[in-house]
Amino acid sequence: MSDTLYYKSASELAALLEKKEISAVELIQSIINRTKAVDERVGAFNSFDEVDAIAQAGASDARRSDGQSLGPLDGIPIGIKDVLAVTGQPLTCSSKMLEKFVSPYDATCIEKLKASGAVLWGRLNMDEFAMGSSTENSATKVCSNPWNLDHVPGGSSGGSAAAVAAGEAIVSLGSDTGGSIRQPASHCGVVGLKPTYGRVSRYGLAAFASSLDQVGPMGRSVTDVAMVLQAISGHDDRDSTSFKSEVADYVKALSDNAGKKWTLGLPKEYFDTASDAASMEPVLKAIEFYKSIGCEVKEVSLPHTEYAVATYYIVATAEASSNLARYDGVRYTHRAENYDDHIDLYFQSRAEGFGSEVKRRIMLGTYVLSSGYYDAYYLKAQKVRTLIRNDFMKAYEEVDALIAPTSPQPAFKKGEKTSDPLSMYLSDIYTISANLAGIPAMSIPCGFSADGLPIGLQILGKPFMEEELLSVGHAFEQAHDFTNQHPKL
Amino acid sequence: MSDKPKIDIDYISNLARVALSEEEKAAYSKDLSSILGYVEKLNELDTDGIEPMAHPYPVYNVWREDKVESKMSPEKAMENAPASRQNMVIVPKVVE
Repeated sequence: MSDTLYYKSASELAALLEKKEISAVELIQSIINRTKAVDERVGAFNSFDEVDAIAQAGASDARRSDGQSLGPLDGIPIGIKDVLAVTGQPLTCSSKMLEKFVSPYDATCIEKLKASGAVLWGRLNMDEFAMGSSTENSATKVCSNPWNLDHVPGGSSGGSAAAVAAGEAIVSLGSDTGGSIRQPASHCGVVGLKPTYGRVSRYGLAAFASSLDQVGPMGRSVTDVAMVLQAISGHDDRDSTSFKSEVADYVKALSDNAGKKWTLGLPKEYFDTASDAASMEPVLKAIEFYKSIGCEVKEVSLPHTEYAVATYYIVATAEASSNLARYDGVRYTHRAENYDDHIDLYFQSRAEGFGSEVKRRIMLGTYVLSSGYYDAYYLKAQKVRTLIRNDFMKAYEEVDALIAPTSPQPAFKKGEKTSDPLSMYLSDIYTISANLAGIPAMSIPCGFSADGLPIGLQILGKPFMEEELLSVGHAFEQAHDFTNQHPKL
Repeated sequence: MSDKPKIDIDYISNLARVALSEEEKAAYSKDLSSILGYVEKLNELDTDGIEPMAHPYPVYNVWREDKVESKMSPEKAMENAPASRQNMVIVPKVVE
């Protein structure tokens, strides 16, 4: 039985654990074996700690046999993007800068996962400091798309998506600043949710762009993602931007909302642009599906969509240049061996520690914040950001949620876009608006391209209404069979 | 925004405290020009009277009691220092 455990859903496994038909140790062992069998090809993990994971699973089994189970996630292996602090484990951000860093504390979402009994499993590969859309910016290793190893898994949470798709984790955590959960989820055929800004504490998440960053769950089903969201959500005193609002029962909402006839909006700007026609087909079919179950589907407009990429690359790089100033070679990072004086120590340590995309963004962000340019770039972008958010709030007066493609094309080939940063940035065209507006958004699998690469459907919801977003996705998932389709590895 | 942004790459790399090779300077000058050229697009929009948005939701000043909460020991906090002695980070001489 343990041979096939790695492709079961978290909800199914929770039931098996509860009935004591399997043990948590047996389950993590199945995941470990699977990871050892496939990760040399997939490259989803920067590192993993087998002994620690088995010990966590053992503790979970002990709790359960004492009747002290911590709930449905107790004993479920969850992969962690290498951007979140877990006490005693490495935190590299896939960067040479943090190659030797070991976290002295837990991120709040990690503390919450521990309190739910989940088995924290490994450090997942990513674009360096979460900057990228293909995981090709990882300084650690190459990460491949499990559906076709010549293609990228997407990014920046490429490892988090690939691990779940390949059965190397049951669920995972990623982070999303401009689409870094949803785009790799769509490319790897899994579910990925970026919660509302403020829904999940950012304490212990290595910061990229603080007004955009959000931690979120990935899994092979909407229910699994709902289970993890439940565990990690809520206000935290240590993140003043985390929101003081009620956390709904997300799993219960899925059954409560079953059969509900939603009003769904199609943002016309997301259907006008240069999407690959073949990859739009499954999205259009999904729209027909929603009509067929009685949902009202209407066209809406988000007129400032074409300005989102430009706005994003000003706001995100400005915030990044400021956030990444902390990696200075002095206190806890890589330090160059050769330097002239204490100032040169910064220059050389940062030159050696950062990869080329990170340097590019630091340079761009420094430029747009530099004296004489602040108003022209940063302030201008912040004003356009208001317009982008207003577009969404206006659309939500008429509809419950929006549906759109997640990405203009399926996963591209490795190396295809690395020489042209702007074309790489433009591949985030459908995902970045949600971060600018702060709204929740999710990608679910909705089909495959002609050459067998997964395609995602994006559902964008109202602020702090993740339960609706999940329910809309669940309705589609229940009527289709993507959850049980796996790559051949 | 100016019509053609002029980029002094040495000035920016100095502000950013990142040493760049000649190849990197050439590459980033080109990339930054192309990206900044693209973001000029925002000038098409009239944003007079629009409030800038620093943040998705209004966050007001958040107060808390000024009390010590962290349980991390100095030893623990120093574990990642590239060079240290007696719970202090060693740095190159700053004052001659």
